Amino acid sequence: MIKYIGNRLAQILILLVIYVAVVFFLLHSMPGGIEAVLATNPNLTPAARESILKAFGLTQPLPVQFVLYLKNIFTFNLGISYSFYPTPVWTIIARRLPRTILLFTTATLIAFFVGFASGKSLAWKRGKTSEYVSTVVGVIAYTVFTPLLIFTLIWFFGSYLGIFPLNQFLNPDLWIRTNLNAQTIFLYLLLTISLIGLAMLASFAIAQKVSHRVKTRKIIFYISTAIAIALAVFWWAVSPVGIYGFDILWHMILPVMAVTIISYAGTMLVMRDSMLETIKEDFITTARAKGLPDKVVRDKHAARTAMLPVITNFVLSMGFVVSGGVITETLFSWPGMGMTLLDSVLAKDYPLASGALIFTGIFVLFAHLVIDIVYAFLDPRIRY
Amino acid sequence: MANTTEGMTASSEIFESPFKIKVKLMWRAFKENWRIFSESKIGMLGLWIVIIFAVAGFVVYPILASTIWKSTSLNAMVSYNPVTGYDFTIANNPAPPSLAHLLGTDPLGRDILAQLLYSTPREFALGIIAALITVFLGTLIGTVSAFYGGVVDTFFMRLADLVLLFPFIPFLIVISGMMQVNLLTLALIIGLLSGFGGITIILRSQAMIVKVKPFIESAKVSGASDPYIIVNHIIPNIMPLSFLYMMFNVTGAIFSEAVLSFFGLLNIRMSWGLMIYTADTAGYIVGTNIGTYWWLWLPPGMAITLICGAFYFIGRGLDEVVNPRLRRR
Repeated sequence: MIKYIGNRLAQILILLVIYVAVVFFLLHSMPGGIEAVLATNPNLTPAARESILKAFGLTQPLPVQFVLYLKNIFTFNLGISYSFYPTPVWTIIARRLPRTILLFTTATLIAFFVGFASGKSLAWKRGKTSEYVSTVVGVIAYTVFTPLLIFTLIWFFGSYLGIFPLNQFLNPDLWIRTNLNAQTIFLYLLLTISLIGLAMLASFAIAQKVSHRVKTRKIIFYISTAIAIALAVFWWAVSPVGIYGFDILWHMILPVMAVTIISYAGTMLVMRDSMLETIKEDFITTARAKGLPDKVVRDKHAARTAMLPVITNFVLSMGFVVSGGVITETLFSWPGMGMTLLDSVLAKDYPLASGALIFTGIFVLFAHLVIDIVYAFLDPRIRY
Repeated sequence: MANTTEGMTASSEIFESPFKIKVKLMWRAFKENWRIFSESKIGMLGLWIVIIFAVAGFVVYPILASTIWKSTSLNAMVSYNPVTGYDFTIANNPAPPSLAHLLGTDPLGRDILAQLLYSTPREFALGIIAALITVFLGTLIGTVSAFYGGVVDTFFMRLADLVLLFPFIPFLIVISGMMQVNLLTLALIIGLLSGFGGITIILRSQAMIVKVKPFIESAKVSGASDPYIIVNHIIPNIMPLSFLYMMFNVTGAIFSEAVLSFFGLLNIRMSWGLMIYTADTAGYIVGTNIGTYWWLWLPPGMAITLICGAFYFIGRGLDEVVNPRLRRR
C-alpha cells in the first residue's frame, strides 16, 4: 500500500513539473506578457528599463528562468503580487486555499453520497414516474449553464425568500465591532469540521471491529457521529466567537449548494446508468433466487459493484467541478482560489495569476491522488 | 436491337459501380440507425431543440432584422444590427418586455431577442468547429497509437492523462486574459486542447478492438500499407463513436465560450455569455435587482442551457445507436 502511494506521489510530482513548465512557458510566450507589462511604459529611460528587467531576472535565458522558477515554487516563493503590492503571492494563496478546500470538500462529499444513494434507488425503481422525473431533473442540473443556476439560487433564496445572504464571505456589519481576524475563525471552523470527520472515521472503524451485525454497526456509527456534532455545536455556542463562526457558515450555504448541484447530477446519472447495467448481471439474479431481501441485493450486491465507474467518472469530472467552482466563487464573492485567479487575470497580475493557476492544478492533482487511493481500497482487483 | 438494350440494362444491374453500392449500403445503414435513434425520446428532443435554434438563427433572424427591427435602428439602411442598434422611442433602458421588444431591451437599449438570435449561428459555428478539430485529432491519435503501440502509444496516453488533469476553464481564463482571443481562436484552442485529452483514450480502446479483427489481418496479408489500413479499415469502424463524442464536445465548447465571455475575457462583439456580462457589469444582476431585471439574464442563460443540453441529449440518443447494450430490447 505504501509503495503504491509512493509510486503515485512520484508520478504526480513528475506531472506537477510538466504542468508548471506548461504554465511558465505559456505565460512567457504570450504576446504582451510579463516583460511588456513591466517595461513598456514610455516614460521609462532605457537605463531604468534595463534595471527593471535585471531586477526581475528577465535578462537571463528562458531555461535558466524556468529552473529558478521551479526552485522557487518548491520553496513556496512565488514572487510578489502586483495588485496587492507588497504582499507575497504565497501569503495570499495560503489565506485563500483553505476557503476553496472547505467549499469543495463539503460540496463534493454531500454530492457524492446523495448522488450515490439517489442513483441507486432510481435504477432500482426503473419505469416509475419518480424515476422519469428525477432523471429529467438530473439531466437539467447536469447541462444547466452554471451562472444561470447561481442567479436562480440567489434570486430564490436570497431575494425572493430572503433567508440567505446574497454574497460575500461574511457580514461586515457584524465584524466591524470586533478586532477578530476572519481567517483565524475560519481556520478554527476548518479544524472543527476535520475533527468531526476524523471522529466519524474512527467510529466507523470501531463499529466494524465491535460488531458483525449491520444494525449494531449503524447504531454505533450514527450515535457517535451525532455526539461529535453535538459537542462541536456546543463548543461553538459557548465560546464568545461562536456568532462569527456561525456567520461564516451562514454565508457558505448557498455556494456549497451551487457546487453540490453541479457535481451531484453527474454522480447521480452515472450511478443510475452503471446500476442499470449491473442489475442485468447474472449474480443479481442468483442473489434474488437465493431469496435474499431486496434491500440486501440492492445495497450489497448491486450498488457496490456499480460504484466503481462512478468513482472513475468522478476523477474525470474533477476539472469540471473545479471550473464550476471558479464561477461559483466569483458570483458569490467567495474569496477562494477561483476568484483570486479571475481577479488576478483581469488585473494583469502575472505572479498571482500563475501562482493561482499552479495551485489550482496542485489541488486537482491532490484530489486525484486521494480518489486513486480510495479506489484502490474499494476495488479488490487492484493489488499493489 | 431490343435484345442488346435489354442485355445492357441487365449487365448494368448486375455490375453496379462499387460507388453506387457503397452509397446504397450507407443509405440502408443510415435508415436502420435513424430508426433506433428516433426511438430514443431524449435524442429526438435534443434534435428538435437544435433544429428550432438553427431555424431561428439562420432563417428567422435575417428576415426579422431586415423588416421589423429595421425601423428602430440607428443605421437602418440595410438591416438591424444588435450590437449598435438603439431604440430611440424608449425613454428608460433596460425596458421590460413589450410588443415592440418581445424580450425587452438591455442596459444599452438594444433588443434582447435580436441579440439572442444574432448570436445563435456564431455559437453553432464555434461549437462545431471546435468539436470537428477535437474529433479529427482524437480519431487520428487514437487509431495511430492503437495501431502502432509502443512508444507512440505510451506518449499519447500519458499526454492524454496530463490534459485530463488540467483544470480546463481556469487555464482558458488565463490564456484569454493575457492575449486577444476571438471566436475562431477560441475554437482552435478548445479543439486542440481537448483533442489530445480523454477522447483519445476512448477512441484508442475502440480501435484496439477493431485492430485484432480478422479483416485487418487479411488486409495486411494482401499487402495493404499501414496508412491504408488505418484510413480505410480502422477509422470507418470507429467513426460512429467519434461522431458520438463530437456531440459531447460541442456541448463542452459552447459552455466554455459562454463562461469566458460571461467573464468578459473574449474579444467578441456579441454572444450569449456577453449579454449576461453586459447586464452584470451595468449592475443589474446584483442583489435584489436579480428578480426585477429577469429578462437580462434568463433568456441568454436559458439559450446556453438549451443548446448545451440539446447536443448532450443527441449524444445520449446516439449512444443507444452505437452501444447496443444500452437498448431496451
